[in-house]
Amino acid sequence: MTGVANGGALCDRPAHELAAALRDGETTAAEIFESTLRRIDETDGDVKAYLRVTADEGRAQAAAVDARYRDGEKLPAVAGIPIALKDLFCTKGIRTTAGSKILESYVPPYDCTPWARLSAAGALLAGKTNCDEFAMGSSNENSAFGPVHNPWRLDAVPGGSSGGSAAAVACGEAVWALGSDTGGSVRQPAALCGVVGLKPTYGRISRYGLIAFASSLDHVGTFARSVRDTATLLSAIAGHDPMDATSLPDPPRDYTEGLDAGVDDLRVGVVEDWLSMEGTEPGVRDAFRAGLDALERLGAKVVPVKLPHADYALSAYYLIAPAEASSNLARYDGVRYGLREDGATSVTEMNTRTRGAGFGDEVKRRIILGTYALSAGYYDAYYGQAQKVRTLVIRDFEQAFAEADVIAAPTSPTTAFRIGERADDPLAMYLSDVFTIPADLAGIPAISVPCGLDAGGLPVGFQLMGKLLDEPTVLRSANALEQELAFTGRPPQVAEG
Amino acid sequence: MPEPPTAEPPFPAGRLPRVAVDIDLEHVARLARLALTDEEKARFGPQLEVILEHARTVGEVAADDVRPTSHPVPRANVYRSDELRPGLTHEEALANAPDPFGGRFRVPRIVEDE
Repeated sequence: MTGVANGGALCDRPAHELAAALRDGETTAAEIFESTLRRIDETDGDVKAYLRVTADEGRAQAAAVDARYRDGEKLPAVAGIPIALKDLFCTKGIRTTAGSKILESYVPPYDCTPWARLSAAGALLAGKTNCDEFAMGSSNENSAFGPVHNPWRLDAVPGGSSGGSAAAVACGEAVWALGSDTGGSVRQPAALCGVVGLKPTYGRISRYGLIAFASSLDHVGTFARSVRDTATLLSAIAGHDPMDATSLPDPPRDYTEGLDAGVDDLRVGVVEDWLSMEGTEPGVRDAFRAGLDALERLGAKVVPVKLPHADYALSAYYLIAPAEASSNLARYDGVRYGLREDGATSVTEMNTRTRGAGFGDEVKRRIILGTYALSAGYYDAYYGQAQKVRTLVIRDFEQAFAEADVIAAPTSPTTAFRIGERADDPLAMYLSDVFTIPADLAGIPAISVPCGLDAGGLPVGFQLMGKLLDEPTVLRSANALEQELAFTGRPPQVAEG
Repeated sequence: MPEPPTAEPPFPAGRLPRVAVDIDLEHVARLARLALTDEEKARFGPQLEVILEHARTVGEVAADDVRPTSHPVPRANVYRSDELRPGLTHEEALANAPDPFGGRFRVPRIVEDE
């Protein structure tokens, strides 16, 4: 059907190969998009990664890209490549729900900046993916619209909160995707679904139009099936945005440059305490060790580092994030958009009933937790102390980065767990994020790369964290690891299909 | 302006209570404008106590001389130039409203009779 090397479905090819094939006239954006739609048709009945497939919009975008090519235009790297967006990203005229009943019928009047940039460059929107409600969760079970199933084992969770985006990329229902990472919501599902997930430096990608959860912690992140594609996608969306006061003024760059520079000049820090931590599965530990060995084989120097306050990071996170969420989610009051419960006789009663009917369990728990932590008499002891712990976590990283250029750790202490296994135990669920939360508190870039499978055949993620704005070192070490491990695993049903 | 009424701090500022976590769900839910069913209250209460019991360990490490961090990459006084640019139209701004009326957002009465 096409001239793309190695055969196979177009939707399974890396973005850089597809871009080259488009430039050489070997395929068309329309063919790539139809291939993606066919895959969605084959697998999404089981996986349920998408809340909405935007076939009409994507086809129109593909036709426009093909017309640009015929007119002799040099296409940008993301042109003609299908992408999935977590349903937390506002898309003009396309329903955006944040996985919540309270926004079930919300149609944004504007585009978020990441999609505005991608759209202008010719990216194709495959659809909006399922996620935990308002990005609060680690399993995607907190979506008001049902769970997502891990393509590697359908009775297991894909991780969360960006579970739909991770699952879609894992089974070729999109070539790449965007998610958001507040406590690990890109890296943890990337690990559990066997794809690459990047959370860049806080402020590196604009959050304008990303529905807010916890503003001092929310990051836009990427999903792809390779580090090279990750770098390409980051390059297309990074950079200052006047619409987001927290976006960094530092000029963006081409993050694909220097990817192949190797690691023989790098010191890789390892937090030994984390490996012996109770709850870290042996299969995770073994695959992580194999990843470290691979980096050593390539000439990196592995050095022990300490993050002594990391034990407290989880506690600090579960005060700061709910506190900020309780404030951010005050806007869902039944007045300007979203659900309204009728029949109330006062505006306060209407607000209260609307929020009671519109929010799910986890969102309610966190609003209560956050309101409590910010309330008179408790603020200093909870929120104030948590912000001090945040300072200590940042100092820990500064000291560790004096000894190491990147810090390695497992992404998650476990591989994908069964749907329903942790649903009634919020604290056990929160522990899923114990290795990812520190990088969010510190705002540093961090990536998860697949490093093997456990005995049950489920993927394990290898996390690399870097200094603020040092995405180049994070990406080149991740790329070296990926090349050396040559992880080519795909979910069984895709591999067989 | 009169001082808003504040609850008596249950313990000295910045210090954790020695007693087990005791959260007044009704009060906090009222502050958050959140209707909870009896079933939800019964379920959330013990769960929140477990979470807070874990969370209160933040008080064990943060000394008085540690400054708090509000943002990981501090930025201050971020302004953009005051330029006219298109915003939402009236229709766009009202398009998602549950009860638009006469070009405005209509809500139940705000001022009580009594």
